Amino acid sequence: MFDPKRWLLVAAVVLAAGPSVAQESEIELQHARTDIKDTESLKRGARDFMSYCSGCHSLMYLRYNRIGEDLHIPPSALSSSLMFTSDNPFDSIVSSLPRDAAEWFGKPPPDLSLIARERGPDYIYSFLKGFYLDSTRPWGVNNLYLPSAAMPDVLWELQGLQRPVYKNEPDPDGSARMVLAGVEALTPGSLSPQEYDVFARDIANFLDYAGEPIKAKRQSMGVFVVLFLLVGLVLTYLLKKEYWKDVH
Amino acid sequence: MSGDQVDRGHLGGPGAAGGAAIALETQVDHSRRRLLTGASVAFGAVGVVFAAVPFIASWEPSERAKALGAPVTVDVSKLEEGQMLKVVYRGQPVFVVRRSKAIVADLGKHDQLLADPKSENSEQPDYIKRSGAQRARNPEYWVGLAVCTHLGCSPLGAFEPNNAFQVEGSNLGQNWPGGFYCPCHGSKFDISGRVFKAMPAPKNLEVPSYTFASETRLVIGEDEAPNSA
Amino acid sequence: MAAAPESADKSTGLLAWIDQRFPLTLLWKTQVAEYYAPKNFNWWYYFGSLALFVLANQLVTGIFLTMHYKPSAEEAFASIEFIMRDVSWGWLLRYLHSTGASAFFIVVYLHMFRSLLYGSHRKPRELLWIFGCLIFVALMAEGFMGYVLPWGNMSYWGAQVIVSLFGSLPVIGGALVEWIRGDYVIADATLNRLFALHVAAMPLALVFLVIAHLMALHEVGSNNPDGIEIKKHKDKEGHPLDGIPFHPYYTVKDLMGVMGFLVLFCAVIFFAPTFGGLFLESPNFSPANPLQTPPHIAPVWYFTPFYAMLRAVPSFWGTQVWGVLVLASAVLVLFFVPWLDRSPVASIRYRGPIYKLMLTIFVVSFIILAVCGLKPPSGIYPTLAKVCTTLYFAFFVLMPWYTRLDRVKPVPERVTGHV
Repeated sequence: MFDPKRWLLVAAVVLAAGPSVAQESEIELQHARTDIKDTESLKRGARDFMSYCSGCHSLMYLRYNRIGEDLHIPPSALSSSLMFTSDNPFDSIVSSLPRDAAEWFGKPPPDLSLIARERGPDYIYSFLKGFYLDSTRPWGVNNLYLPSAAMPDVLWELQGLQRPVYKNEPDPDGSARMVLAGVEALTPGSLSPQEYDVFARDIANFLDYAGEPIKAKRQSMGVFVVLFLLVGLVLTYLLKKEYWKDVH
Repeated sequence: MSGDQVDRGHLGGPGAAGGAAIALETQVDHSRRRLLTGASVAFGAVGVVFAAVPFIASWEPSERAKALGAPVTVDVSKLEEGQMLKVVYRGQPVFVVRRSKAIVADLGKHDQLLADPKSENSEQPDYIKRSGAQRARNPEYWVGLAVCTHLGCSPLGAFEPNNAFQVEGSNLGQNWPGGFYCPCHGSKFDISGRVFKAMPAPKNLEVPSYTFASETRLVIGEDEAPNSA
Repeated sequence: MAAAPESADKSTGLLAWIDQRFPLTLLWKTQVAEYYAPKNFNWWYYFGSLALFVLANQLVTGIFLTMHYKPSAEEAFASIEFIMRDVSWGWLLRYLHSTGASAFFIVVYLHMFRSLLYGSHRKPRELLWIFGCLIFVALMAEGFMGYVLPWGNMSYWGAQVIVSLFGSLPVIGGALVEWIRGDYVIADATLNRLFALHVAAMPLALVFLVIAHLMALHEVGSNNPDGIEIKKHKDKEGHPLDGIPFHPYYTVKDLMGVMGFLVLFCAVIFFAPTFGGLFLESPNFSPANPLQTPPHIAPVWYFTPFYAMLRAVPSFWGTQVWGVLVLASAVLVLFFVPWLDRSPVASIRYRGPIYKLMLTIFVVSFIILAVCGLKPPSGIYPTLAKVCTTLYFAFFVLMPWYTRLDRVKPVPERVTGHV
């Protein structure tokens, strides 16, 4: 008669159909495939972040000595390759940009401690690869993944310059419309496309780490905890079964 | 309060009103129950200890506290003889005084004025105690907490020997060897922070751990020079 | 209170000293060791003790979080990161608390659903049900306030939306909202008072309500999946034939239940604490920004069914108050269920097809509403929300009729489906 299972199936179909109807057309993010257990990548990312990003972007919730401990970087290497604006390893990463940066850029460069938790490493990776020339913008560039970004393309020397690619996507009422679909390389940079990919991935990986430094440890701890609790479950199950033999 | 005290002795047998829900006492395997209960309790105890660790550990000084309590590096290259500077270490003021050779040479000569000339009853690292009257790693610089051992006021510097009136409103007495004077209740200390006899203050000024990372870089809060920075 | 304990053994030593001054052994015997519960409890009966466990978790982790959290608009967000990074094991305290909040609602929703399945709200358990509804309301308030405390962007804008709901009330709305906020906008004053309520007032209220809930339960005894009263058939000693003492049988069974729960709970904490953005929402990882709303504001998943209902109701005669009234009614209607349910039988096992259909529709609608509340109000979702809101209310409003009209099966004298 009225089968609950059938109704749940109907509900599931409705829910699955939902997203495809409601979503606005948006450029899909590229997959960063970051691995926070890849310490070498994190080290490169840390070094690259400090070199190319920390001039404007702070990581005010991440301390240098935390990076040193988690990434196994000895104090001497830490201060020589990462610590540019401070000599105290307990300090967090603060950019040396003056307060009125907002006037130069339109809005102050945001702190990036939690960007990976808010937008995800795929967004960061895509963003770093997404700059293209756009003469209508103050700095002459725009970003595929953050339209009207206030950030200039500080990585153009590494990546080279890109230009936008449009595709024809007619309006619902039939009239032709060119829509931004992607970017393509215009001039080469000092890194090959593959090398730049690694560069962008390393920074995305490092920022993923920076968003939650304890993540790798909590996952490995989790294996022990869950196994321990499963043992507990077996034990308490046997205990329950034994006592419930009494009940009939 | 074990479950075995439940009234299993009083049963309706199979014929009585359909029978009660609990089995006969004779059918219970007590040793197995004890084993399983014991194992579960042991497991639970281990679990409770594991679970307690994060809560108890969360009271330890945080990274921020450790940062604020980190060793303090002081550059003494600009400090002249007879001059003093104060820095803060772990929320407390610390004196660094540059002493002349003459004053250092005379440090052993006024033991009879002092309550504890060998620093037996005061707080300082071993290496400071072993240095005797100097109470310092490097006799030229004296380092100590600027906290009077009476009630915690901040003593004033009075480094000129034989000048009884160098601190306004007080008389340091004849044969003043140079040292510190606490304005709150009049405690006097010599220039190694050793308290005079019959003072309100009971002990010599405390000396924190410190070391010299170089000739002119003093690190307060560390016993050994840190690894190559 | 309950009758004196039956076991003749007298306590000795320290226990005797205590018992002469405090009813310790009496309480143990009457409430646990000699409190008889039906022997046919099934999986639906774990959620009460699990709710108690989660409550304890929230209280303990909450207290420890309060040792490091700073309840001011300037410091709150940073203090959360301080807990996550600088406080030893702080990250675990935080995740225990945030996952616990979602776990609380999962467990409580399932616990309430059990009652709809087996008629645990019916006479003589109406007051038990009402205390439960009060706990549910208090829990929603507690969850809302807790979410504001991190002072992330979703905290801020969620507070903005919910507090401004009160503004739709006629005449008093404007003044009421300003009184709640303590300022002209959501501000430091708002955060600080929500902190006081979340940490002190609400937990006290919750604990008292839970005690009252348990006392009401023990007064009448538990219902069971067959919906029959086990006290009708007692043995020579006056114990229900179909009853078993809570200790050791349900202490041991609930212990196992807690263990199973912990496996899932810890799996989430250690491997997926944000649970895909459902338990910890992404916009909340950036600080409160009065100048920029998140792309779309959604409450945490456990509020989304009610949020969807709120949005489903359009404004009439220039006011949004109808949506607010529908939202309030959706919760208030729960209190009346004991009187709306006119079936001669309690358990779904013996009810007819209409109730089974209506309950299924109710559950499906509630879930669809939850999804609608998570999505932006475009595409098919607004229509879906309107339909499902109607179905949600239909379950309750039509209950007096369909429960009376429904076919019923004969109810057994003794419990079935037990071990």
